[in-house]
Amino acid sequence: MHRFLVAAGFALAFAWSAQAADQVKVGFVSTLSGPASAIGTDIRDGFNLALKMNGGKLGGLPAEVIITDDQQNPEMGRQIVDKYLKRDRVDFVTGIVFSNVLLAVAPAVFDNKTFLISANAGPSLLAGAKCSPWFFSVSWQNDGTPEAAGKYTSDKGFKKVFLLSPNYPAGKDMVAGFKRFYTGGIVDEVYPRLGQLDYSAELAQIRAAAPDAVFFFLPGGMGINFIKQFAAAGLGKQTTLITSAFSADEDIIPAVGEPMLGIYNTGFWNHDLDNVESRAFVGAFEKEYGRLPSGYAAQGYDAARAIDAAVREVKGKLDDTEAVRRALRANTFKSVRGPFKINHNGFPIQNYYLRVVERDAKGRITNRTLSTVLKDHPDAYAGECPLK
Amino acid sequence: MATLILEQTLNGLQFGLMLFLLAAGLTLVFGIMDLINLAHGSLYMIGAYLAAAVVQATGSFGLAVLAAVLGTAIIGMLLEVTLLRRLYVRDHLSQVLATFALLLICNEVVRLIFGSQPVMLNMPERLSGPVQLLPGFYYPAFRLAVIGAGLVVAVFLYLLVSRTRVGMWVRAGASNREMAGAMGVNVKVLFTAVFGVAAALCAVAGVMLGPLLAVQVGMGESILILAFVVIVIGGIGSIRGALVGAVLVGLVDTVGRAFLPMFLRSFLSAPVASGVGPALASIAIYVLMAAVLFWRPQGLFPARA
Repeated sequence: MHRFLVAAGFALAFAWSAQAADQVKVGFVSTLSGPASAIGTDIRDGFNLALKMNGGKLGGLPAEVIITDDQQNPEMGRQIVDKYLKRDRVDFVTGIVFSNVLLAVAPAVFDNKTFLISANAGPSLLAGAKCSPWFFSVSWQNDGTPEAAGKYTSDKGFKKVFLLSPNYPAGKDMVAGFKRFYTGGIVDEVYPRLGQLDYSAELAQIRAAAPDAVFFFLPGGMGINFIKQFAAAGLGKQTTLITSAFSADEDIIPAVGEPMLGIYNTGFWNHDLDNVESRAFVGAFEKEYGRLPSGYAAQGYDAARAIDAAVREVKGKLDDTEAVRRALRANTFKSVRGPFKINHNGFPIQNYYLRVVERDAKGRITNRTLSTVLKDHPDAYAGECPLK
Repeated sequence: MATLILEQTLNGLQFGLMLFLLAAGLTLVFGIMDLINLAHGSLYMIGAYLAAAVVQATGSFGLAVLAAVLGTAIIGMLLEVTLLRRLYVRDHLSQVLATFALLLICNEVVRLIFGSQPVMLNMPERLSGPVQLLPGFYYPAFRLAVIGAGLVVAVFLYLLVSRTRVGMWVRAGASNREMAGAMGVNVKVLFTAVFGVAAALCAVAGVMLGPLLAVQVGMGESILILAFVVIVIGGIGSIRGALVGAVLVGLVDTVGRAFLPMFLRSFLSAPVASGVGPALASIAIYVLMAAVLFWRPQGLFPARA
């Protein structure tokens, strides 16, 4: 009996360790409920689409993707990631939408020597001196998109700008990015609470300050409300709205409708970009989900393909983390955004485009790409990162 | 500066009147049936969603208001007859647990039907622009409509409660339920009717606030907390208390958010002021609630002696 048990134990141990090398486990944690649920849902849909187009495999190995909702709560994110790392033993953690959630889970993931592939959040804290060899972003560093907006605002000759951004790490990054490239005067900067939905107080302040442009960063439901209330207050006549893709993408447009027309915004991608991967992605996404993909969906899609390329590169030997890191850094997949390189701090070097919301040929309200504002643009903090 | 203060006062009034609609229903239910109903915010959400669905289907905002109010009242009364009636005899903790479960179920059912993306509910075309109230002072027409609707409902509730027989029964039930039952008031039907009215009030608030805020799953939670703060300040079971409390909370919140950061910036540095200001503004209402509780624990206008 004793020998049988020992033999059975060995057999089980071998079976278990053999199984670990035969699949890729991805822990997907994102914001799937609340005012920003559209963002997490889009990232998840883009990720799943890439997985489906790959036959449910990543890098040739069957993929197991565990999806959980962090409810935009850093504590919740911590608990979910702890479970992913300790119980499910995932190979990659991805999907996080909010910078405060990302900063809460990052230390646990790095300590566990697991790769964190950000499909959205790009806090400046992880781009500079505190950069980590375990962190990779397939989206952007927070400052990049507003830097492009700041450059556009300066180029257009706006002199009195009002800044509006929520009071949390990404909100502060956005304002910092805008100020880095904007050379005109700033009339006021207001930081409402993250998740605030009524902007009557802020709109009254905008009316009193009378700026010629308002740059705002209000993701998800926050943006929907602000734009609707701004239009209702009739401020559009004297003040131009300039924003980033986070407040003017396919998650916001269907909920706002006509008041969106004419808003200029900057982003790293748009569904009308003219390259092979992008067109294939947009076509497949529309067919699968019946709606146009947002930039968030493109990020999710690229996250899956980045993992796929890396696993393929190391031929499934996920235990060799150095090789996986080299593969992720080399990023051997073609992104839907066109030119895309990974910097030594794990963040992308990419273009940022100017877009405007208008009706397309089919009468839909959506974004049209106008020009490239920043080309092959690295993030501003890479110089402080000690990694090679 | 004067127009800024005027605009913020109107904003506070608008927000306060909408809070009143929710708080009035909540205080009646709490005062008369002694039921803590955490699913009250869900009725508000259902009202907003029904309105959004009707607007998408027919394009008429007026029809949407009607459909939302009637639909939510019916749903509320159904809930009362089937489920909530059994909670009246139980202690408050059981009621909290049961209605919290109801809140979660409502969220998931709405998510099943409508999805997790926020849905579009836009204000009617004729009200979507600003109106000139004073030379150089413009105010959104829709917000004026909201203030108007809130005042109309407040007057209607006042007339209903203080000038009709039904209102008399409601007031009797609020001050002493057993005695009212002993005096021949049909308590069961009264309770169902009260709950239906409370649900209808929630729906009006949902339809009015839907175009201004996002219509999404879980939209009721944040406003429910404020409604509880209002009825604690105003006094349980008192509609007058709910009105005064709601307008007070609305004004303190809006004026606090607008002027506290400005005021702080006059003697603190700009980055500190922009960090501390919003934080202080968001706790201003709770400071108000604590102050009222300290000075008058039963609220400003308690219904029960």
